[in-house]
Amino acid sequence: MSPDAVVHLLPALVELPFREGYVRSIIYVSLYVSGTAVVLSTLFSIPVAIVMGFADFPGKQLVKSIINTGMGFPSVVVGLLVLFVVSNQGPLGPLDLIFTTEAMIMSQFVLATPPITAISLAAITGVNENVRDAARALGGTRLDVALVVIKEARYGIATAVLAGFGRAISEVGSVLIVGGNITSASGISKTRTLTTAIQLEARQGQYNTAMLLGAVLLVLVLSINAVVVRFGDEGSMNR
Amino acid sequence: MSKQRIQSSERNASKLSGGTTRRAFLGGTATTAIAALAGCSAISGGGENEEQAGVSGETLTLTTTTSTYDTGLLDEIHSDFEEMYGVTVDAVAQGTGAALESARNGDADVVMVHARGLEDEFMSNGYGVNRRDLMFNDFVIVGPEDDPAGIQGLDSATEALTTIAEAEAPFISRGDNSGTHTKELNLWEAAGTEPGGDWYQEIGAGMGEALNNANQQGAYTLSDRGTYISQRSEIDLTILVQGPIEGGPEILSNPYGIMAVNPGVHENANYDLAMAYIGWITSPGAQDAISNYQMNGEQLFFPEAVSENPNFQQYVPEGWSSDSSDE
Repeated sequence: MSPDAVVHLLPALVELPFREGYVRSIIYVSLYVSGTAVVLSTLFSIPVAIVMGFADFPGKQLVKSIINTGMGFPSVVVGLLVLFVVSNQGPLGPLDLIFTTEAMIMSQFVLATPPITAISLAAITGVNENVRDAARALGGTRLDVALVVIKEARYGIATAVLAGFGRAISEVGSVLIVGGNITSASGISKTRTLTTAIQLEARQGQYNTAMLLGAVLLVLVLSINAVVVRFGDEGSMNR
Repeated sequence: MSKQRIQSSERNASKLSGGTTRRAFLGGTATTAIAALAGCSAISGGGENEEQAGVSGETLTLTTTTSTYDTGLLDEIHSDFEEMYGVTVDAVAQGTGAALESARNGDADVVMVHARGLEDEFMSNGYGVNRRDLMFNDFVIVGPEDDPAGIQGLDSATEALTTIAEAEAPFISRGDNSGTHTKELNLWEAAGTEPGGDWYQEIGAGMGEALNNANQQGAYTLSDRGTYISQRSEIDLTILVQGPIEGGPEILSNPYGIMAVNPGVHENANYDLAMAYIGWITSPGAQDAISNYQMNGEQLFFPEAVSENPNFQQYVPEGWSSDSSDE
């Protein structure tokens, strides 16, 4: 399902007391930011997990503990760190990234990477030793063995990606700080996500609309999970 | 910061040459005439250089307080400015302390806040230039209708706070270094009372949340009138001590100021556009729009930029005079 389809479908299901296009645009920004961040962090995390799953090197336990600690890192702190980097005074200041979706993607990348790496690693190391041995015995190269293991671990890896996506799309602390929760005067989101929109409604005491937006977020995450799980199932049937 | 993203395809219609921009400064009310001029200049000049010269397609970053943003005022009036100049305004609602801090870091071009003391400090440290008085409303002390501390009818805000403290009735403080929080702390200081104890709760949140929290707990709080009016239908709190708009004490006045970020400190601040914005929002047209903005049938903000009097004090830290400059 393309983000566009989701964007058009969801507001139709619930009547929201907002201007035309508002909810659609915040759903779009949410999906764009979290989706991009998760894709980037998956591309980064899986090779890391493979290397850590297959190779032994000094300090491996330390790297593991750092990744595991990263899973519990508060999003507000990540937001502040990214703010220092992208702020006009920071090292990336000249790029003018503050209050943009790019800055939000950066912070969600930092947030999503530890769970994706850690869960993928657990899935890869959890693949039965026999499978690896069999692959080796059949004359597989190291790459072949790795591919077999990844194929066996794909459920776990899909779970890892979903966990990373869940962390990214549900966090509010960092996107609020580096994104600024901006909409244009015409009510089209620039850096407002579902979570920061919920925060804004709650701040104004509009608990009902905040709950409605919460429901939209829930439906969104549910449908994405359903799609991913379904892909996994089809994969196993075609085997 | 200057975001020179030129969106020429979208913005051609409203492209402005430098000359038209200056005209726009002068004629705040003549929106249609300016739009026509802009149209002409779009036809006559199409080269890259002219595009660089104008502000069209650029983005202005405004950091401001939750009270101006959450009341919906900025969304309401910004469309005019965006159309007039062909630009985008990114309004970031942060609270006075955070809004000034963002500007101090060079992450904003213009800042609209309501704490004169903090604004003066910002100006004195060289971060801001061209401060203008923009508009005002007032603060009110709100609380539950049964008024357990018995402050209704008091015409002194400080006396009301002292009474609340003596009764140890629950009081919600913003606790977030916002303009309202700063005003509240000043009031306690003026009252000569040190707030503390279980009854005094700093919640570290915006005005809306503070009102909700006070509503849930049957507590007192200090609110700007605008946010209170915009939220009144959701809560049971009532105004117990009025601000100066309704004849209350002057100490509860709530003036908003606007300043451009000093391009001498932050080179990449979009100073041109910031000054265009300040020029526009202090013009008779935009000031009328502010005074016409209503919520629940009540006016939220009272413009004060347009005046026959020179009002020199708006440009300098409060109480400053040239005699005391070499102290």
